Amino acid sequence: MKIDPILQALEAQKKPRFRFLSQLPMDLPLLGGLLLLSGIAMVVLYSASGQSLDVVLRQGLRLMLALLVMVGVAMIHPRQLANMSPILYLVGALMLALVLLFGKISMGAQRWLDLGIIRFQPSELTKLSTPMMIAWFMARYTPPPAVKRLFGAALLILLPVLLIAKQPDLGTAILVGSSGAAVIFLSGISFKILAGLFVLGAGSLPLFWQFLHGYQRDRILMLLNPEADPLGRGYHIIQSKIAIGSGGFSGKGWLHGTQVHLEFLPESSTDFIFAVLAEEFGLIGCLGLLSAYAIILARCLYIVVQAKDRYSRYLAGALTLTFFVYVFVNMGMVIGILPVVGVPLPLVSYGGTSTVTLLAGFGILMSIQVHQNRQFE
Amino acid sequence: MKSDLTVEDSLRENRLFMHRILASVSLMLLGALILVIRLIYLQIEGHQLYSTLSRENQVKISPITPTRGMILDRNGEPLADNYVTYSLEVVPEGIQDIKALLEAISKVIHLSESELQAFRDLMAKRKPFESVPVRLELSEEDLARVAVKLPWLNGAEIRTRMMRRYPYKELTAHVVGYIARINEKELNYLDPSEYLGTFFVGKNGLEKSYETVLHGRTGHQEYEANVKGRVVRELGKKPALDGANLYLSIDIGLQKVAMEALGDYRGAVVAIDPRTGDVLALASKPSYDPNPFIQGIDKKSFDALQGDESRPLYDRATRGAYPPGSTVKPFEALAGLELLGLPPLGRIACPGYYRLPGSKHKYRDWAHSGHGATDMHRAIVQSCDVYFYELASRLGIRRLHDFMQSRFGLGVPTGIDMAGEKGGLYPSEEWKKSHKRGDWSPGDTVIAGIGQGFVTATPIQMARATAILAHKGLDVEPRLVSRIRAGYDIEPPFPKKPHADRRPIDPGQWETVVSAMVDVIQKGTAHRIAAGLDYSIAGKTGTAQVFSVAQNQSYKSMRLTQSMRDHAWFIAFAPADNPKIAVAVIAENAGHGGTVAAPMARKVMDHYLHGLPHEN
Repeated sequence: MKIDPILQALEAQKKPRFRFLSQLPMDLPLLGGLLLLSGIAMVVLYSASGQSLDVVLRQGLRLMLALLVMVGVAMIHPRQLANMSPILYLVGALMLALVLLFGKISMGAQRWLDLGIIRFQPSELTKLSTPMMIAWFMARYTPPPAVKRLFGAALLILLPVLLIAKQPDLGTAILVGSSGAAVIFLSGISFKILAGLFVLGAGSLPLFWQFLHGYQRDRILMLLNPEADPLGRGYHIIQSKIAIGSGGFSGKGWLHGTQVHLEFLPESSTDFIFAVLAEEFGLIGCLGLLSAYAIILARCLYIVVQAKDRYSRYLAGALTLTFFVYVFVNMGMVIGILPVVGVPLPLVSYGGTSTVTLLAGFGILMSIQVHQNRQFE
Repeated sequence: MKSDLTVEDSLRENRLFMHRILASVSLMLLGALILVIRLIYLQIEGHQLYSTLSRENQVKISPITPTRGMILDRNGEPLADNYVTYSLEVVPEGIQDIKALLEAISKVIHLSESELQAFRDLMAKRKPFESVPVRLELSEEDLARVAVKLPWLNGAEIRTRMMRRYPYKELTAHVVGYIARINEKELNYLDPSEYLGTFFVGKNGLEKSYETVLHGRTGHQEYEANVKGRVVRELGKKPALDGANLYLSIDIGLQKVAMEALGDYRGAVVAIDPRTGDVLALASKPSYDPNPFIQGIDKKSFDALQGDESRPLYDRATRGAYPPGSTVKPFEALAGLELLGLPPLGRIACPGYYRLPGSKHKYRDWAHSGHGATDMHRAIVQSCDVYFYELASRLGIRRLHDFMQSRFGLGVPTGIDMAGEKGGLYPSEEWKKSHKRGDWSPGDTVIAGIGQGFVTATPIQMARATAILAHKGLDVEPRLVSRIRAGYDIEPPFPKKPHADRRPIDPGQWETVVSAMVDVIQKGTAHRIAAGLDYSIAGKTGTAQVFSVAQNQSYKSMRLTQSMRDHAWFIAFAPADNPKIAVAVIAENAGHGGTVAAPMARKVMDHYLHGLPHEN
């Protein structure tokens, strides 16, 4: 422990210029990455929304709100987060059940809970509460986990996933499921079991197929051959591919994407916003956006590696992996290698709730990072 | 976080976790690689394809419809023209209360329930920013009323459209034809890009045969449109080229005379300028008014026309194949002169019938008691059948067929610039073998000699043959259109031959036949039209049998029903020494050619020749 005083001295020398900022529990590199991505998003959104400053401002306002939530979450100590996990999980599951019973139906799916003043989407809460719960559950035992623990964890994951899939909201169900699965993976599940599960999963695909809604099956079939119904179910994929492909190497230029502005590309400011970027900024723009995501992911991984306790590691790792899945599923759907499931492009697509949830997730990561280093306790 | 955690355990756990993180990073890199490869595939590899598709999405083309060309007579009198109609239309987009607007409109002009229904049906089909007609043709009175009230009818507008019109109705129906809505069969062969904005196509007559030049060339407007089809901006424009105007050689005055000359008879009159082949009149009776066909004739009226036994829709002048009867005799005489030497038979005795050697069958002459001693001149003037029975037998069907077809075009279409022409028939041994039971018999040749039996010809064919005769073998192709006037280069659908060739017949031989044909009028079968003639006509009558009389039975025309009576023919050209007009007339079931058909031809020739400027 001889070096401790030296370190403390070094710490003391690093006097932050902005006292207020340094007091805030924030990870500046991660914040920088997030702001960079949000900046790109605003530029693309302005074009995708048909040059509506109103839309951009509203999205900016949401981002501010979400940043506040992020800071709020970051102030909570990871241990407190661990203690909250089971309660949050139960509340999330309960609300999902309530949604199915009393929820508002919009766009053919039952996702909203009307709480009088605000309308709330409980599946957003479970995006965080599920990985927290699984991390809490797995952190209680020394890895690698025993089979019965895995069963327990699997049941804990399946409960919210099935409730969300029933709404039906396949996209969110996949995200929630993969956030839980990420924890199990990080907790050291043996590759033998993993391989076995993979075989089992592949074998039960036909069974899974039976549970899918007709439109969900259509989306998967359309992925294989969108030209079979170019004006109907294949329309999204075809128009999206046209937008991306016609962008070429350097794109058609900002505000000059014909697919977007002539409204051939559906849902251009929400789920398909990546196609707008690809059309107007080309391959260069796409690589640029991927780089912004890479910066964020790299910083997240750094936080994961720095994390000291099991719960923090599992949760931070799971949130990082889920963020990647988020990006991959959306882009995969837009470029036509994954079926169309309603997953927005994180922090770029227009929309409120998912931005708040995402930044709350980054708040958790910051909390882990900040409390690790500053030893607040 | 258990307290009994050993340092070793902790290290193992750390190692395990780091491995998992490494595996995760690998997975993410793999995922990123898949995304990048796919992006390169779409944006670099597929760029060309998707650029094309994107452009197809973006650029829309709308047609600019050309105005259909007019059809005018030789003096510029319009036989088919276009007029402007005013329609009242509504653009549903931006109208809050369509019902109220329609109510307001019906206070100005009366709208029937069926009109309102048609409007609603059409509105459902069209895009909201497209105009929907409330009434297509506003009467002048309604137009004035609507125009005054228009400021209060927000959303309604008056638009103009071009409509086709045939001012001479029945008089030119068979020549000009008509246009009507394009049907499904026509959609298969019409160039879809040319007919994008055109709803009508020529169905008949010149409207059909000159469709390509009358229609003009469709222009187009390129514009950028969004997914709903709304125009965002214009990109480019290629104007339409209006259809060509057709100037006919027909003189509407002469056409009228020809139609009137036919009187109440069914039949046809064809007049040609034998120097050029220009058709001066092409009359077919009965006729019909083509105007109702344009917008779609109602079923009842159409059935009445279609079911009419006198077949008014049928153009007899170019499609009616009739036995030509005795009108073939001058041509046959030329065949005799050319092929058998001069004069071929000398003088023969006509007893009123003809028998083939070794046969008892009598081929009667129209004159029961016969014509006595008859040479070629007399045979044409008196239309002696026996002489031509004999001449045909001597020539044989093979030589006759070849001569008639190659020199005078009998049995083949004339090539007139009119759709649907029929070719008539001049039979041959081969033809009979392939179309009828049994071989050619000598008797078939005998009756072909007087233009009966299998022989048929259309009025236009006979007029052309007469024209060739008039100018001593100068071959002409009948043409209705003499000039095509367009503002751009066009390819005429029926190009004229660069030069008319002469038929190879010894020049002296024409005179023999022509002088006999002059005497047909002066003292022969058509002597009735000689009175008061101030120019000379060369002609030949024909009385074609429709109904064949059994042996040993006398033929009493008056006893036969109307439809079995003979067709009356007359072919002629005038002036005989410098022919300017050649005419063929047929009057169905009218009896004797000299009595009925010849006076019709005279009226046409009188009108034409007296109307011509006098030559000094």
